[in-house]
Amino acid sequence: MSFDQTDKQLLQIIQSNFPVTQRPYEAIGKQLGISEQEVLDRIKRLQQTGIIRRLGGLFDSRKIGYTGTLSALRVPEADVDRVSQIINSYPGVTHNYLRNHHYNMWFTLLAQSEQQINSILNEIKQKTGLEDLLNLPAINIFKVRVNFNLSEVRHAD
Amino acid sequence: MLTELEKQIVRELQKGLPLVSRPYLDIARRIGLTENELMNKINEMISNGIIRRFGAAVRHQKLGYTANAMVVWDVPEDRVETTGRQLAGFPEVTHCYQRPRRPGWPYTLFTVIHGHTREQCEQLAAAMAAKIGLTNYMLLFSTTELKKSSMQYFID
Repeated sequence: MSFDQTDKQLLQIIQSNFPVTQRPYEAIGKQLGISEQEVLDRIKRLQQTGIIRRLGGLFDSRKIGYTGTLSALRVPEADVDRVSQIINSYPGVTHNYLRNHHYNMWFTLLAQSEQQINSILNEIKQKTGLEDLLNLPAINIFKVRVNFNLSEVRHAD
Repeated sequence: MLTELEKQIVRELQKGLPLVSRPYLDIARRIGLTENELMNKINEMISNGIIRRFGAAVRHQKLGYTANAMVVWDVPEDRVETTGRQLAGFPEVTHCYQRPRRPGWPYTLFTVIHGHTREQCEQLAAAMAAKIGLTNYMLLFSTTELKKSSMQYFID
């Protein structure tokens, strides 16, 4: 998977403040000293290899009228696949991970109201037969910056 | 709340920017706006925060940051505000939330940190804990990604 210095700079530029001009890819190319076509080709390849998950707007779910929560379940090993399929079937579940803890299945859920969140969580408990569910909505947000600044990260090594 | 036009713009933008010379013209046509009207609307939605970030969502694992840890911190109620801000100050922290205590679950602050390895995440968490004077914390590593998708708003 070829990933060169220009790709890294391209990612750094387009992670945020993507140009809102008539020909944005051309503008990006000028910053990198490459053609508009090469910018389009590189972005396409970065999408195909999965490095770019999505190119567009990241929306503030609260500001557009949605509410969300983080939930955790204690799922016996044998039930992980069954329970995961039930949880993943909800479009409002965007992330679902297994983690190394007795609360082992952690998922995020977005919906248009608190009632919807609660009814979905109750439905999940019913369908999975699991009662021990932690509902952990965000009370305060100190940071939500998904923009991963490749150069800024210092490592404690 | 969003106007119907803004919801339409969200629906189109969340499909992703087309890889064509004039992507905004392409989207504007789908919604019945001029290219300029759409660009002005997008800029407006960026400045009022409806669009939190406009650009590429990068999958970190592919770039060698294979380990991401959710670090949960047991911080007493009266210290949670200041501690939350301190934790948010570390560049390696990409998310920092306060969440409610539950029976058998005392952790009030949640941070997501990234590193090349688990050990690096552990070292980082220890360094953060020492700097702030916290002792009761735990790292939860994601062992399996069961679902990771971008939210599709205003679809149902």
